[in-house]
Amino acid sequence: MTSLSRTDTNKRTARSTLGRPSLLSTLLIYGLLIAIAFIMLLPFVWMFSASLKLDKDVFRFPIEWIPKDPQWSNYETIWTRIPFLTFFANTLKLTVIITFLQLATSSFAAYAFAKLEFKGRDFLFLAYLGSIAIPWQVYMIPQFILMRELDLVDKHMSLIMLQAFTAFGVFLMRQFFISVPNEILDAARIDGMSEYGIYFRIMLPLSKPALATLTIFSAVFVWNDFMGPLIYLYSESRKTIQLGLRMFIQQYSTDYHLIMAASLISLIPVIILFLAFQRFFVEGIGTTGIKG
Amino acid sequence: MGIMKLSTRATTPSKRRRQLTKNLVAYSFILPNLLGFAIFTLVPIVFSLGLAFMSWDGANEISWVGLENFKELRDDTTFNIALRNTLWYVAGTVPLTMICSLGLAMLLNQPIRGRNIFRTIYFFPYVASLVAVAAVWNMLFFPSAGPVNELLRTLGVDNPPRWSASIDWAMPTVVMASVWKGMGYYMVIYLAALQGIPAILYESAKIDGANAWQRFRYITLPMLTPATFFISIMLTISSFKVFDLILIMTNGGPGRATNVLVLHTYNVAFRRFEFGYSSAIAMVLFALVMGITIVQFYMEKRWVEYSQV
Repeated sequence: MTSLSRTDTNKRTARSTLGRPSLLSTLLIYGLLIAIAFIMLLPFVWMFSASLKLDKDVFRFPIEWIPKDPQWSNYETIWTRIPFLTFFANTLKLTVIITFLQLATSSFAAYAFAKLEFKGRDFLFLAYLGSIAIPWQVYMIPQFILMRELDLVDKHMSLIMLQAFTAFGVFLMRQFFISVPNEILDAARIDGMSEYGIYFRIMLPLSKPALATLTIFSAVFVWNDFMGPLIYLYSESRKTIQLGLRMFIQQYSTDYHLIMAASLISLIPVIILFLAFQRFFVEGIGTTGIKG
Repeated sequence: MGIMKLSTRATTPSKRRRQLTKNLVAYSFILPNLLGFAIFTLVPIVFSLGLAFMSWDGANEISWVGLENFKELRDDTTFNIALRNTLWYVAGTVPLTMICSLGLAMLLNQPIRGRNIFRTIYFFPYVASLVAVAAVWNMLFFPSAGPVNELLRTLGVDNPPRWSASIDWAMPTVVMASVWKGMGYYMVIYLAALQGIPAILYESAKIDGANAWQRFRYITLPMLTPATFFISIMLTISSFKVFDLILIMTNGGPGRATNVLVLHTYNVAFRRFEFGYSSAIAMVLFALVMGITIVQFYMEKRWVEYSQV
């Protein structure tokens, strides 16, 4: 918190002393900013526009950005072609369960790593950290064999077990907990509060921004995950939205308008989540990233 | 003396008991996560080392084959192509993403209005699903009638590239898509680092008569080296892991032009069910990532400046 306010003053002084840039350079900067924003958003705008066209008009050039006769029925058609609703429900279920488990177990473990002293703490934390550096793809095969032994393949439980206990979550929460002053905790201990009480009544309420950050990271990851479901889920009734979208693209590879409509639908939950919580996203990268 | 001895004897066991309860309380906090983490991450990591030296189709008996899997790699042309392609992809993606994200961050660090809006827009592709993004990219870059090539034709390019459908252009197309998707994330890290540079450095440099380029070269770049170091490691590791983007945009094609290590590992493991051999490929990936990370850490002393301001 203190470091935040310090960078704020830095920014302010930086602005006041570097002086006002000339009108020309201001125009140039805004021109560039807008041009880049265009490049970043254009694919999504095109996606939306194509999703409202007839199939034969998707590639008509010059591009008709706003279709004269928008085909909203495309958005009805996709739900009947493949069990999109099932995919949606499956992904939602996985996202909620994994994110909840991730928050609960990570923050619980992170409290011990950040604020308690115990035998083997540094060694265990090093094991957690080390595993972050190892790409998942390196051990996905033994993991799959393990899941098969446990008879979890083609069940949602496999992905839940795989993704609910991440080292990343523990690391992110620990980084935040460490910044909470020990004096507060010691005062609570003197008042006779147990460690569990401190965790639930002091740490959790104080760390809402960190919890929000982890929620966003975890939810977006699970929603967008492709390789996990690809390896573990085979039955159509259990597939996730990304697998379903991929299936749709393969089955109706020339129905460009419908593919774009389905893609857009799959993006909507992430867009909502992102716009609502993007502040936490950006701050989360700042704290886990460079400040360490 | 006697009293003191008595008191130490009395406190030691209770001290020990207190230490034990302290440990137990701490373990109870860690256990729910550790249990899942140990079973589903640590055990597979350890097991993956051994599996690379074995032969197993997942159904019949496992047999120890020593270095056979690694010898087989030498003659596996798909593996060699995938290895070369992966290195190409990393060599293209890492520097391009770093340059673009630094450029974006410097642009956003100017005194402008609406910084948060631009930052949100630039960041958005990063959270968009790869499947949806790859689908729209493939259509935009559709060789015959896609909008990009139509535009190029109206601009006078008679034979625009066939992008992901051509052997020569498939990899650059994938790299372009990945830079576009990832640069917003690293931009945020650079932006945080830029805002941490004390303004006083720029002030005194200005007084000393340093021009904009000199201020960038001798203040901004050195002050950013910790961020650059961090980003280069993160980006290298994530580039070596590329899979989704390639599977969906090109599925390793045309031919084997964009086949990469993880895609090959996936195909060998889950299509050919050669678990041992695929683990050997995964080990090569691991060795590469580790090797390059270690080299980066070793080089750190030479160029990263941790100044105490």
